[in-house]
Amino acid sequence: MTPAIAQRPPDAAGARLITHSVAERVRNVVSMTRRNLVHISREPMQLSDVTIQPVLFTVLFIYLFGGAIPIPGGGSYTDFILAGLLALNLVTSTMGTAVGLATDLHEGIIDRFRVLPMWRPAVLVGRSLADLLTACLCALVVGVTGLAVGWRTSAGPLPIIAGFALVLFFAYSLSWVAACVGLNSNSPESAASFGFIVLFPLAFVSNAMVPTQHMPGWLQAAADWNPVSAVTAGARQLWDNPNPSASIAAWPMQHPIEASLAWSVLILAVAAPLASRYFRRRTTE
Amino acid sequence: MADTMIEADGLAKSYGETCALAGVSFSVPARSVLGLLGPNGAGKTTAVRILTTLALPDAGRARVAGIDVVAHPAAVRRQIGVAAQDATVDGLLTGAQNLVLAGELSGMRAGQARARAAELLELFELAGAADRVVKGYSGGMRRRLDLAASLVTRPPVLFLDEPTTGLDPVSRQRVWEVIRELIGSGATVLLTTQYLDEADALADRIVVVNHGQVIAEGPPRELKERSRSAHVEVTLAEPGPDAAEVIAPLVGGRVSVSADGVRLGAAVDSVPGLATALVRALDQAGLLVDNIEVRRPSLDDVFFALTGAHIPTGNNRSGAKQPSAGQAGHGTGAAEHVSEGAQA
Repeated sequence: MTPAIAQRPPDAAGARLITHSVAERVRNVVSMTRRNLVHISREPMQLSDVTIQPVLFTVLFIYLFGGAIPIPGGGSYTDFILAGLLALNLVTSTMGTAVGLATDLHEGIIDRFRVLPMWRPAVLVGRSLADLLTACLCALVVGVTGLAVGWRTSAGPLPIIAGFALVLFFAYSLSWVAACVGLNSNSPESAASFGFIVLFPLAFVSNAMVPTQHMPGWLQAAADWNPVSAVTAGARQLWDNPNPSASIAAWPMQHPIEASLAWSVLILAVAAPLASRYFRRRTTE
Repeated sequence: MADTMIEADGLAKSYGETCALAGVSFSVPARSVLGLLGPNGAGKTTAVRILTTLALPDAGRARVAGIDVVAHPAAVRRQIGVAAQDATVDGLLTGAQNLVLAGELSGMRAGQARARAAELLELFELAGAADRVVKGYSGGMRRRLDLAASLVTRPPVLFLDEPTTGLDPVSRQRVWEVIRELIGSGATVLLTTQYLDEADALADRIVVVNHGQVIAEGPPRELKERSRSAHVEVTLAEPGPDAAEVIAPLVGGRVSVSADGVRLGAAVDSVPGLATALVRALDQAGLLVDNIEVRRPSLDDVFFALTGAHIPTGNNRSGAKQPSAGQAGHGTGAAEHVSEGAQA
């Protein structure tokens, strides 16, 4: 057999340097994103995380806790809580990325993707973009529900959009952390538990639901440096909503927009390459 | 184009403690079909996974269309179509969406992919189910869809890993027909199977693997001759208690007798005039012979001769039976052997 190999003219050599053009990569990402959106349309209950849950949380927090929580510096709890609800819902919805990827890896379909001459990162990018689109739906539901229960802002259209974009960008970066978790999970179920163990504490130990002023010192420090606090405070600032964190000396609370962008970029810069490495490792045998 | 489209050279692979492949070599010339035959766990799927860039070998080299699978996996993927053992289709997409997705991810434009998908759905008799979600497909339909997905780009090299395992006889025939059409269109095919008649019917050459090693290789005909023996089966008009003793000296081996005592079977060396001698001996013993058949050994006989064990049939299969004798023009020996096995 070896002589046969040696005699072969190097005709295939030209075909070996395989690169995908930017256009091919974009087309692959679009195909994968569309595929994931079709998945969601087949199982609309998956969407309850971003449709029913936000409505439920809004109603619960505003009517149950609203009256009991005073806002330092004054202002309505409804105006205070909306940015927090947006952050809470978007942060917890990134669980979907972990579950979705774990499901793909768990089923035979991943082998189909692996033998196709596709640009492989499209599996991850397509997932994150589909999840970003559902996150946009979630943001819309939170905004509309908020308006319905009395949330008001005096900010102009651009700052309003910027506030939503700030939280969505953070959620997008966090979805790459979720991707890392999904790629290291043995099953979709264990990926889901990530949400309860990591995402809920992350969302709650922050200024999203309650002002941090009344927390014990160590918890307040953690909350003030929690990226979720920066993101929430940033949205409040952009929306001209009550932002009691503005009186806290910690740097992220003094510069919430800069801090939140820095966190998002940092998380993305670490988690995205890590996810693609985990993906490569997970799909090597 | 290279003359050898698939070459495996000393492939070895272990999963933890389990050795899946222990140095396997074979090659497949362009436009031919290699049947990789072996029982469950023989290493067939591992070999396919290495050749299709899904797994890395611990040792050895492999080339597909002249391209090294370890050094240039992306280039290999442009040359191959793969139908895996566990159908790798997306259960939440429709049949058509699955094929369009495979086409698009292979670099086809949307319109092109849609046209090709429609063509393949027609070919595999799935056009009626094209817009149904795959989750609701039967096993046979899933299999055919997976096979269709492997053909979207008309790849020159095809890997079909147990393409008919778990299929009912009708679906199986349909898949065979499609594979024959593919072979006719000039594709190079590596087919793994644990069905003897399948390898016999479709493959130009057969490589028999067991415990991760190649134990025999050759054209189906040559492999059968390698066992050097034929099989004789005699049917008597009525049970003859001493019939086995009568023919024993002529066949020179153990004679098996069916429960009702009218069927005798034995492995024999191919001797000219053997049938005449047997009939004469039985006649002299006062026994009436209804039927006598001397046939060439089946692949299972070959496997038995090589390993001392029969190819396991029936396990790991969801009730699918071997097709009845005569379905496959080439596979008569194997099919008969199976029908005999069913009585034993």
